[in-house]
Amino acid sequence: MTSAELIDIEIKLLMEGVYQVYGYDFREYADASLRRRLIQWLSGSGFATLSLAQSEVLRDPVLFDTLLRGITVNVSEMFRDPAFFKTVRVQVVPHLKTYPFLKIWHAGCSTGEEAYSMAILLLEEGLKGRFRIYATDINEDVIRKARKGIYPLQEIKRFTKNYQHSGGTGSFSDYYTARYDHAILNPSLQENIVFAAHNLAVDSDFGEMNLILCRNVMIYFKQPLKERVLGLFDSSLVLGGFICLGTKESLDHRLIANRYEEIKPRTQIYRKRYARL
Amino acid sequence: MPDCSCRQFRAVAIGVSTGGVSALKFLLGRLPADFELPLLVVTHISPDSDDGLAVLLDTLCAIRVKEADEQEAITHGTAYLAPANYHMLVERGGTLAFSIDPPVNFARPSVDVLFESAADVYGAALIGVILTGAGFDGSKGLLKIKNSGGLAIVQDPADAEMDSMPKSALGLLTADHVVPLKELPNLLMRLARRKPCR
Repeated sequence: MTSAELIDIEIKLLMEGVYQVYGYDFREYADASLRRRLIQWLSGSGFATLSLAQSEVLRDPVLFDTLLRGITVNVSEMFRDPAFFKTVRVQVVPHLKTYPFLKIWHAGCSTGEEAYSMAILLLEEGLKGRFRIYATDINEDVIRKARKGIYPLQEIKRFTKNYQHSGGTGSFSDYYTARYDHAILNPSLQENIVFAAHNLAVDSDFGEMNLILCRNVMIYFKQPLKERVLGLFDSSLVLGGFICLGTKESLDHRLIANRYEEIKPRTQIYRKRYARL
Repeated sequence: MPDCSCRQFRAVAIGVSTGGVSALKFLLGRLPADFELPLLVVTHISPDSDDGLAVLLDTLCAIRVKEADEQEAITHGTAYLAPANYHMLVERGGTLAFSIDPPVNFARPSVDVLFESAADVYGAALIGVILTGAGFDGSKGLLKIKNSGGLAIVQDPADAEMDSMPKSALGLLTADHVVPLKELPNLLMRLARRKPCR
């Protein structure tokens, strides 16, 4: 047996234990990224192998918490993939404007960059006071960071460039205050966002959403978990509502695919059909 | 592991940076359409690039060249380019996966991420190739390929448009082959054609 195969067995055993003890289910996470993150956590943990770590992880919630953070930290940036936000602005917002009030679920919001981006976009499109973004993540640590809305100043240059390419109609500098080496987003942006912990692998749906944003989250999931999550989205979305996926994701070959139509090829923005086919 | 003449390989993983477009044009352009292995390629492209390079290479090459898709099954005779702003990894079942984990060696996609995950899946049946490029991405990954029993090929630094990536790899490990680019297509064809013993 190769050491890679041995490590895969250790991961499987550890994830089974974690599920049974703590209820977090990573058994349907894609192998390669999970392995990479676990090995990275292991290298800073002081344990020689995952088997040695397992005994402690299953008994020590504080240690488990470090592992949980290590394997669920997603990263993002404001207006990541500017072309996507431009498409939302030009093609999706006109539909959203027809509703008196909008509910948006941002699943897997990480440290909040894209949730704030969406809030900025909707405010610029004149929807002030008419929307709420429910931004959720499995990792409570990133949710706490998201609520603060504080980002390293060195990121702001890229965020600004993204914002400009996304069709922003204002000046990005109006949305933050620079302090020392950090930028603090305007607290008023938070009025429209509710940050909360939610686990896509085990928790239930959210009702009556008009738009669901879940970009580059399911790339970490195996097929059955992807299907579960898409089912969750489908049951949370109104007819005529939108699902937005990441640049390299698609609904092709998924169970819910025939109830959706991509608004334009290669946008990865899907609209739920009003009538059953 | 000795470079035994009956070793059979299952995939080629290639890492390239500065000078990558012309190096890939040359290398992939000289492989036959029925090349027996898949090629997994990370080239350092800017985060806002589209699939233009893959489309261009596909028109110039006999083998199929495409930007990799999520959960795509890896097949021979095809070169898969990692998309901009994503790491590309290999899953156990022989499919491709992506991540948006932080850049590694300042790069996303990173050569190390591809090489390390490919080494986990293919073990000794993997050929790793480091071509021209600035920086040091891919060195650790190539070492892992070697340590997993795979074959390490490095472009001769004297022949590379940018020599730091090849030099960095050669500083970390002893490559099985150090060759100029013009010899690489034939070397890969020879390695790909090997049949199992007996």
